[in-house]
Amino acid sequence: MFGSYAAELLKLRNRGAVWVLGGAGLALSLTFGYLLPYLGYVTGDANPQTQGVTPEQVLAGVLPEAVVANTIGGFAIFAGALALVLGALVVGGEYGWGTLKTLLTQRPGRLTVLGAQLLALATVLAGWVLAIFAACALAGMGIALIEDAPMTWPAAADLATGLAGGWLVLVTWGLAGALLATLFRGVALPIGLGVVWILGVETLLAGVVASVLPDLQVVADALPGVNAGSLVYAVTQAAPGQLPPGVTDAVTGTRAVLTLLCYAAVFIAVTAVTLRRRDVA
Amino acid sequence: MSRNHPPPQSARVAVAGRDASAVSGKGEPLVEVAGLFKRYGAITAVDGVDLTVRRGEVYGFLGPNGAGKTTTLRILTGLIAPSSGSVRVLGGLPGDPRVLARTGSLIEAPACYPYLSGRNNLRVLARHAGAPATRVDRVLETVDLTGRAGDRFATYSLGMKQRLGVAAALLKDPELVILDEPTNGLDPAGMRDMRRLVRELGTGDRTVLLSSHLLGEVQQICDRVGILSAGRMVAECDVEELRGEQGLLVTADPVDRAREHLAGLLGPGAVGEHEGALRVRVAPERAPEISRMLVAAGVDLFGIRIDERALEDVFFELTSEKETSDVR
Repeated sequence: MFGSYAAELLKLRNRGAVWVLGGAGLALSLTFGYLLPYLGYVTGDANPQTQGVTPEQVLAGVLPEAVVANTIGGFAIFAGALALVLGALVVGGEYGWGTLKTLLTQRPGRLTVLGAQLLALATVLAGWVLAIFAACALAGMGIALIEDAPMTWPAAADLATGLAGGWLVLVTWGLAGALLATLFRGVALPIGLGVVWILGVETLLAGVVASVLPDLQVVADALPGVNAGSLVYAVTQAAPGQLPPGVTDAVTGTRAVLTLLCYAAVFIAVTAVTLRRRDVA
Repeated sequence: MSRNHPPPQSARVAVAGRDASAVSGKGEPLVEVAGLFKRYGAITAVDGVDLTVRRGEVYGFLGPNGAGKTTTLRILTGLIAPSSGSVRVLGGLPGDPRVLARTGSLIEAPACYPYLSGRNNLRVLARHAGAPATRVDRVLETVDLTGRAGDRFATYSLGMKQRLGVAAALLKDPELVILDEPTNGLDPAGMRDMRRLVRELGTGDRTVLLSSHLLGEVQQICDRVGILSAGRMVAECDVEELRGEQGLLVTADPVDRAREHLAGLLGPGAVGEHEGALRVRVAPERAPEISRMLVAAGVDLFGIRIDERALEDVFFELTSEKETSDVR
């Protein structure tokens, strides 16, 4: 298993798409977490990040104390979508290039290969979380130095909880991408379906349920996006007025963690059963 | 195509008898397939195939496109499951990690990661396979790719991709190498090099199962062949056995007088016709005796040469027989 894991890491390390997606996540976090709010603070202009918030609150939101919220605030929507794309690429690429047959005629069994791929995916996503956290921390430190503001950091436990929660959100979406790629034996369709689901369908469903079918709220509260948003909300302690897109207080943090773990387990199980049973053309 | 030479008896026995042990070979059976079927809905891709590959031999798996060769090889490597039948590879089940550890394969086109170099592709596969990292440079050398090993796979020519595919198959230093049409798409020089490589692989104790639709290639390289047609094995035996006994091809005038004298000497059953010449079943060493006899009988002798059936003749004979019987 370790050899296969090392092999998968070698592949991902050398794959341009992994760096492009990670870079996009980083750039989006810095842009929406620091650049736009700070520009709004400096210029005094309002922008979507600063509307209805006092300048003091804006500055407080880009200082080191808010690093967890800024690191994972966007994970519910855009970083989640990027993770889904990565999951689809990691597994679906094997179908597109026909390399699955090459892998499966080496030594390890099918489930070992899949396990190594998913483990490598989770490792890369952990790298993303840490890289985004490091970039956000540096940005916060820089702003604190410029503004001569206090350099107060969150408690280590809050930091760990926040980063772990963010990682769970990304892993769940990554596994969803891997499942879709296995089911559809490719990359394009899974990415299309997954991204449309994350960016549109869930929001639409939640809206319809809230306004027209309140009895189905229990179903809406079980959707992965809702639970991802709830987990982000729980670990960032965001104020209700300044919630980033996709972040919600629909369910408690504990319930969100358990639900996402269930989704992750189901995604892994269905992917494994499909890969194990199906002929490889 | 001539129908004068029927397929040799041994080939027919192998077809009809399905007795793997009766087929001559070098060593113990490494691949044993019996009554193998693979169906996709109403389509039967593999139709009751029996197959035995023995240790140390180079086995040619022949058949026209669509005969079921690749499907059979996919089953042998565990990529697809058979609908029914018994398959044992190296004493185990196809796809078992213990079996895969001793098997190297190149199924259909070589499939590697286009963004990785040739060397990194092999490193990835070596790590999956648990092969020592030192094997990577060794197999690159074997297939003569060391000079381009650092280039991305996407930049390789088809021939280089095929060679990298063979290198990947050799990473584990396997006992059994399964190659599915490795000369596909290669230029003549590439085909010659690949044949030489396959022949070298087959020396010693290593066993090679080579699928091909290139008959000359199989005739040059293989010890034994199995011929697949429309999903069915129509023959399995030694290449020489399949080609049948040698004879003489006599071109003479008048041909009737020549036939009469030859029949008188060898018996009427030993003389047939083939494209205006007489095909004579006789040991080639008797050619001088026969030419003296014909000249003495007043026959003008234009040519006398060894009649050696190419594998191609036998192949078309067997596969067309199958198609004809299917039509009936």
